[in-house]
Amino acid sequence: MAAGSTYTPIATTTLGSTATSYTFSSIPSTYTDLIIVAQASVTSGDSNFRLTFNGDTGSNYSRTYLSGSGSSATSGRASSVAYIVANDEGYLHVGQPTMLTINVQNYSNSTTYKTTLSRSGNGSNNGTAAVVGLWRSTSAITSLTLTIDASTFTAGSTFTLYGIAAA
Amino acid sequence: MIGAITAGLFSAGTPPVTNSYESIATVSVGIGGASSISFSSIASTYKHLQLRGALRGSRVSGNDILGIQFNGDTTSANYVSHRLIGDGSSAASSYTASGTYSSSWIADMPATTAAANVFNGVVIDVLDYATANKNRVGRALSGYDLNGSGSIWLSSQLWLNTSAVTSITLVPVFGTGFAQYSQIGLYGIKG
Repeated sequence: MAAGSTYTPIATTTLGSTATSYTFSSIPSTYTDLIIVAQASVTSGDSNFRLTFNGDTGSNYSRTYLSGSGSSATSGRASSVAYIVANDEGYLHVGQPTMLTINVQNYSNSTTYKTTLSRSGNGSNNGTAAVVGLWRSTSAITSLTLTIDASTFTAGSTFTLYGIAAA
Repeated sequence: MIGAITAGLFSAGTPPVTNSYESIATVSVGIGGASSISFSSIASTYKHLQLRGALRGSRVSGNDILGIQFNGDTTSANYVSHRLIGDGSSAASSYTASGTYSSSWIADMPATTAAANVFNGVVIDVLDYATANKNRVGRALSGYDLNGSGSIWLSSQLWLNTSAVTSITLVPVFGTGFAQYSQIGLYGIKG
């Protein structure tokens, strides 16, 4: 079996000031999977990570989630929407960092729709969640954007993109 | 690579590269599908294994279940699995006792009749696979969404055998195989 080192960091940033979104663009097609790791806080209230690809803001996304609030477990979904909420119960809360990881499988193929798997958590005030998302497009992913649906990301929030290349 | 933010300053760059995660092998299912997917002769030089992929079953009559077998063992008494499932309306947990199926359940896969082009995403961790002193445990995050249906699973797998893992086989529990364009890779994580 061939072996090769991978899980390659592609880009990373630490916000120097507040922002409403962050975009990884010009993503090379040389990997098989992408992993996004974010640790972020918001300046006020509660907010969600919204994930979109290639600048597509059409109703081409859907998701199914499983979440735990600390007192109960729930599941729900959203269909034909303009983004994937990548966190649900593990949403962002002011003053409390939220961890988010998103797996994007087989992102550069131009045959299948793109499926995402994400995990998020905010241990102090909210909860934890797992989300499967779908982008109904066969286009290769060349950019992805994380947008906050209310409030703004605080300075110091971090976003890192990794690429995993199959043998 | 450009990182773009709105309304803020940032520092961006490329973080340092590490060499502790290696691609071992990948299987891409071609025309006609595949009855199973196997990774054999797995070296013992890593600490943990990870499988990452997007799979779809070829079962016509309904969804299929993705199962995992180790070292070619098909003895049902040696496999147990648990899962926490979200189906879009409720959360539930279930398990499969030993002696029931000849593999440990990992994930739900869409049926052949489901919307085209949708594959189940899956990430499976097999921890401490190379030692010969404990039963093997795996864990997985998996799911698919069909824009109106679908499910997400958090699951665990138990192989009641203390042998080092040298081969892994992925099987459809109820169906006959995996559909074209299914793809999964095996990765080794150094300790």
